[in-house]
Amino acid sequence: MTYEAVIGIETHVELKTRSKMFCGCSAEFGGEPNTHVCPVCLGLPGSLPVPNEQAIDWIIAIGLALDSTIAGHSVFHRKNYFYADMPKNYQISQFDIPICSNGRLEVEVDGEQATIGVTRVHMEEDTGKSTHMGGDGRIQSADYTLLDFNRAGVPLVEIVSEPDMRSPAQARAYVQELREIVARLGVSDAKLEEGSMRFDANISLRNEGAEELGVKVEIKNMNSFRSLERALAFEIERQQNVLDQGGQVQQETRHWDEGAGITHSMRSKEESSDYRYFTEPDLVPIEISDEWRERIRSGLPELPGQRKGRYVEMGVDPVTAATIVGGGLGDIFEAAVSGGGSARTVSNWLVGEVTAYLRREGTSVGDTPLTGGALAELARLVEDGDVSSNAAKQVLEGVLAGEGAPRDVAVARDLLAMKDTGALEAIVDEILADHPDEAARLKDGDMKVLGYLMGMVMRETGGKADPKTANEMLRTRA
Amino acid sequence: MGSHVDLSIRAAADALRAGTLTAAALLDAVLDQAARTEAELHSYLTIDRKGAKAAAAAADEAFSRGEDHGPLQGIPIAVKDNMVTNGVETTAGSQVLSGYLPPYDATAIAKLRSSGAVIVGKANLDEFAMGSSTENSSYGPTRNPWNTDRVPGGSSGGSAAAVAAGSALGALGSDTGGSIRQPASLCGVVGMKPTYGLVSRYGLIAFASSLDQIGPITRTVDDAVIVLETIAGHDPLDATSYRGDLPEFGAGLDRGVEGVRVGVVRELSGEGIDAEVLEEFERTLDRLRGAGAEIIDVSLPSTSYALSCYYLIAPAECSANLARFDGVRYGNRVDGSTVEEMMGRTRRSGFGPEVTRRVLLGTYALSAGYYDAFYGQAQRVRTLVSRDFATAYEQVDVLVSPTSPTTAFELGARTQDPLSMYMSDICTIPSNLSGEPSISVPVGVDGGGLPIGFQVMAPALGEATLFQVAAEIERLSVFERLPSEGVGV
Repeated sequence: MTYEAVIGIETHVELKTRSKMFCGCSAEFGGEPNTHVCPVCLGLPGSLPVPNEQAIDWIIAIGLALDSTIAGHSVFHRKNYFYADMPKNYQISQFDIPICSNGRLEVEVDGEQATIGVTRVHMEEDTGKSTHMGGDGRIQSADYTLLDFNRAGVPLVEIVSEPDMRSPAQARAYVQELREIVARLGVSDAKLEEGSMRFDANISLRNEGAEELGVKVEIKNMNSFRSLERALAFEIERQQNVLDQGGQVQQETRHWDEGAGITHSMRSKEESSDYRYFTEPDLVPIEISDEWRERIRSGLPELPGQRKGRYVEMGVDPVTAATIVGGGLGDIFEAAVSGGGSARTVSNWLVGEVTAYLRREGTSVGDTPLTGGALAELARLVEDGDVSSNAAKQVLEGVLAGEGAPRDVAVARDLLAMKDTGALEAIVDEILADHPDEAARLKDGDMKVLGYLMGMVMRETGGKADPKTANEMLRTRA
Repeated sequence: MGSHVDLSIRAAADALRAGTLTAAALLDAVLDQAARTEAELHSYLTIDRKGAKAAAAAADEAFSRGEDHGPLQGIPIAVKDNMVTNGVETTAGSQVLSGYLPPYDATAIAKLRSSGAVIVGKANLDEFAMGSSTENSSYGPTRNPWNTDRVPGGSSGGSAAAVAAGSALGALGSDTGGSIRQPASLCGVVGMKPTYGLVSRYGLIAFASSLDQIGPITRTVDDAVIVLETIAGHDPLDATSYRGDLPEFGAGLDRGVEGVRVGVVRELSGEGIDAEVLEEFERTLDRLRGAGAEIIDVSLPSTSYALSCYYLIAPAECSANLARFDGVRYGNRVDGSTVEEMMGRTRRSGFGPEVTRRVLLGTYALSAGYYDAFYGQAQRVRTLVSRDFATAYEQVDVLVSPTSPTTAFELGARTQDPLSMYMSDICTIPSNLSGEPSISVPVGVDGGGLPIGFQVMAPALGEATLFQVAAEIERLSVFERLPSEGVGV
């Protein structure tokens, strides 16, 4: 039987507002435990929440970036459940009237476009952090638990997708695209390792072509894009085996075990079924006027999707454009192009040598001496024939390694092109003389030997020969 | 009764400025009175002798420097123990918070302090303000200064009793379904619930957030104006706090009621109200008529459902508001082998039976499958009640009814029958649902010498009219302001 996977994703994004969602405490990550706290975020008796307007501005921005409908009137609800690191034992969240609804996000996998619906984007507050001491680190076996409320009350945006994804790769592309958007908007650090972006996935299988959805399983604890993809792939295989053997998939929450590479069933929470939502009486409804919404819209930066489209129009191929935008190389690319570099040359360097260097060194482009201006200068050197395109790659490495500006690196590494045609002519003549057979074949119009001879020239000149000139000389002097 | 303790706030404020009285002497008189009466009345849970003496001394120093922070400077005030006070034990009448020392002041408390008021202590209340007799306090009941076999009403029973007994010149109470007005009525003092949002709720330990409101309990209508002027105003720490300009609350105090249209709420002034209370109510209407008011019969049909509606909304909100008392961060903890067991044991041992009942009722009313039939329906009824009021205010300036269907009842008389206890608030609940201001003014006593209150209600932000009518009723009534026979008098 062939099955189709149906995947939906809930993403939580912590906003990087200066203060928390409902009080004035710092929302900064880190800090000694329980130092970013006050009566409100500790849920002390008598304290009351007051909403952070910056957070509302930013969730509207996220909603607009996802093509959502922004509600003119939205309401906060209380979501009731007991948990030791949730100070009020209810979370201020949203229920039936979220701020953003009916959005969408375009994703691309292997050149194939898909539109993923975004059901809703709503505002809520984060909880504190429990550290279970003793045992295997889980609450059941712990001797005691330490609570840190520094994160309690940090503004949290929940983004719920439609079950529109059909493969783990598509799911990965969706969350990566989401991260690019919130990073571009400047509203979140979106750091998976710090928990400022996290996701849960729902996945079910159905017979290919079937309309009806299968039984869904929720997967938690995926801490990277790769683990999301792996967990979904594992889960597809697991469910497929269950179905193939005539069994039924259980509706449950499963925990991804990164080390073992498997999901396993989590103890089901008895309380989880009924959150007894009701309107938060301590807050008034949020009324978002057209003016407010349009003010946010007019302040939106260019979004990753729009940026990619623009790069493609500049002559960059779509995959390269996606790599530049996704790799955080958009700004340096644009600086290089506006400094006179050709879009195609610069983009190839960025996704080639530069990306390889960054990956190897485990750094980001902002932390290297490479600038858009340097890339533009290098492009000019190549264009003017001062540096061959081969040598340019070595110059680039030198610049990245902090050896100086492109021309200085080219001089220091002796990579400037041989402009002295007399010297080049001598070398070309010598090579032709040493290889009479090849010279004869070239003379007869056999272009296949040209590459071989060019290689000889380049070796002899240490890569400094201008390829165009050398090419022409070989043909005319053979 | 002591020489100074029967003064109104206004009279004491005048004496302090005339130099015939010092804040320290006034406080001493109040503390002496409390020392005489508290063993029997138990209106206070905590008397903050040290803090009060320091505040009185500071007030006297301010007077000597010519500094005047307003009429409450140097005036001894009691505050209900559900308002948090920095470093002074605050329990809300519950075991779950015994020994709890808040790290901050409620906004209303901070405003009292900055006006130079002397906070005497924390007044007894029904646990978490849930009750109508102060018998639900887990620290023992308060007794009525007019007759110590009787309850003072509730839940602000301690505040009302302290003011009636002379153990404070004024007090703050909180009113969710009548918890200021009903005890004021039973103790023969003035109790006023402001428009929702007029006084910040920041630091008021929440019972039902959409209904709770802090307000004054005083001996005179004028004094209620003084206290309200001190504690009202926008608070950036309370998102539901009113942002507009404040009305001049006392603007109409001397205006009388000539031409004022007074609507008598039919549904709240007939069936279910004791005959003596009704007779006094009618007499007051006659006096108002005699003073030039136009008395109009008005029907608010939805108010018949107000009590049921209230007993869904208030427990629903309280079920969430009280969830934080779990033993994790503050208050009492009863250990268990798991965190769930610890929370369960803490709550079971920390909450009394009435609080437990309401938390369970509220949890049920919000549960999936029941929400629409209970909480959802109650919200719709609430809207209807508000509409009834709005319609009525198209033809009248104020609405009136008795405050409480009965005078003070005996301790224990209703504790076994929650429904009869709930009926105590039948007249006061509607204006909590509509969020509109309301006041109880003492107008007489029954055959047993127990005070009878008269309730005046006004549209939102109609405080000036409310006080105008209340002040005239006060002038027209034949009422001894303080108990002539009672404890310590």
